[in-house]
Amino acid sequence: MPYYESVFVARPDISAAQVEALTESMKEVVAGTGGSVTKTEYWGLKALAYRIKKSRKGHYSLLNLDAPAEAVAEMERNLRLNEDVIRYMTIRVEAPDEEPSIMMRNKGSRDDRPRREHGRDGGRDGGRDGGRDGGNRADAPSASADDSSNSTAEADKGDN
Amino acid sequence: MRGRRPFFRRQKSCPFSAPNAPKIDYKDVKLLQRFVSERGKIVPRRITAVSSKKQRELARAIKRARNLALLPFVVD
Repeated sequence: MPYYESVFVARPDISAAQVEALTESMKEVVAGTGGSVTKTEYWGLKALAYRIKKSRKGHYSLLNLDAPAEAVAEMERNLRLNEDVIRYMTIRVEAPDEEPSIMMRNKGSRDDRPRREHGRDGGRDGGRDGGRDGGNRADAPSASADDSSNSTAEADKGDN
Repeated sequence: MRGRRPFFRRQKSCPFSAPNAPKIDYKDVKLLQRFVSERGKIVPRRITAVSSKKQRELARAIKRARNLALLPFVVD
């Protein structure tokens, strides 16, 4: 059976226990249609990047499924019907990942040293972009006039 | 540097093709955030040096994250 990854966002005014109950009920729905849930995660109450149905926060939950397409359709139908769910997304994945996802891992423990260097690499003409986007307009012209070592430092800031 | 060699461009390499490169995942907001501008737009690959294959993957991940309100569609 194909693997799926499903994330849903629940309204912020319900409790974490209710979210767990909701996750359990989704698990039952999937099990009832011949699938299985291989992993569940609760990411907690997170701030949304924009308002959804007037909420600024939401409870995020992730389900990893090994289920037939009908089970996914049934689960999505239930998510649609549930008033507490404000957003959901199910995607198909090639392989299920057993370890906890990036959201559950301790933040800051990941080393992004090598990638930072690449970011600096690529950011050489990033100064232009920063200027165009109205980021640091005052810095952009001076950065392009200066030597490249200075401009990379500027551009790196602009990229983030 | 620029004064001596006017059209010199440093060799760029794709940040996702390095040996211990991160996996592109819509859940990895911290990683994706580095490839969107302050306005929330996806940064073109000529600036970030991401390979075209990885850029497509990255764009897909960013759009997924936007749908789940992990990333903004627009910052104003």
